[in-house]
Amino acid sequence: MTAKISYADVEVGTELPAQTFPVTRATLVQYAGASGDFNPIHWNEKFAKEVGLPDVIAHGMFTMAEAIRVVTDWVGDPGAVVEYGVRFTRPVVVPNDDRGTVIEVSGKVAAKLDDNTVRVDLTATNAGQKVLGMSRAVVRLG
Amino acid sequence: MALDQSFVGRSYPPTEPYEVGREKIREFAEAVGDANPAYTDTEAAKALGHPDVIAPPTFVFSITFKAAGQVVADPQLGLDYSRVVHGDQKFAYNRPVRAGDRLTVTSTIEKIRSMAGNEVLDIRGEVHDQAGEHVVTAWTKLVARPAEEG
Repeated sequence: MTAKISYADVEVGTELPAQTFPVTRATLVQYAGASGDFNPIHWNEKFAKEVGLPDVIAHGMFTMAEAIRVVTDWVGDPGAVVEYGVRFTRPVVVPNDDRGTVIEVSGKVAAKLDDNTVRVDLTATNAGQKVLGMSRAVVRLG
Repeated sequence: MALDQSFVGRSYPPTEPYEVGREKIREFAEAVGDANPAYTDTEAAKALGHPDVIAPPTFVFSITFKAAGQVVADPQLGLDYSRVVHGDQKFAYNRPVRAGDRLTVTSTIEKIRSMAGNEVLDIRGEVHDQAGEHVVTAWTKLVARPAEEG
């Protein structure tokens, strides 16, 4: 593992560069194919509404995959991630237009742990509301 | 109907090996728009100390969730999958998943609870490589909403 961020250089409160991730219906179709999750709530508006959703929603695992990029882009080596967990608290609704929606993710060092690891707390929002809870990663720094 | 508590602790047989392909990793990285070269460029991955390209952290979910299907589809457990949503997800890595891995998953039911009318099921998936070494553990919390009153 070769993290480009040094443990000595971070402190509790250090902010990671925030990122914005666009999501369109095309993104969801591509993610469905790559992940093998073909649940129709992620691509079929009629089905989504029949089961009580406002519209097609993004895969929770898609949002989880995007959120950790704030950490992996920060450290450089994705293999430096030791733990990663989230709670799916609110769906990301994706309208059927060419603009779609965006997921905004920020992160902050919440604790310095043993073995050059730190805990990063992530905040992921869509349309001004949090979509992930308890979103935390433990990452090994250089 | 409440799920049977006696299923807590039950483990299911290990899955057939899933071979992690370089192009499957690339496909997944492209689908999440992640251009990190460690996912697609062997030399870049080696420069970071990995023997081959590695997979993004959440890639392994496709494998562990398929394995959890053994639990979800267990007729004795009686979970109604049409009412299930994904509550929480967590991974603890011993090392990143990488191209060439042949991964097996052993799923265990960790916990069953009733909460506000919902059935909450925690499944742990232990992922091992072809040498029997532990790679990653995945915890998946599934929440089944109560059936609507007919």
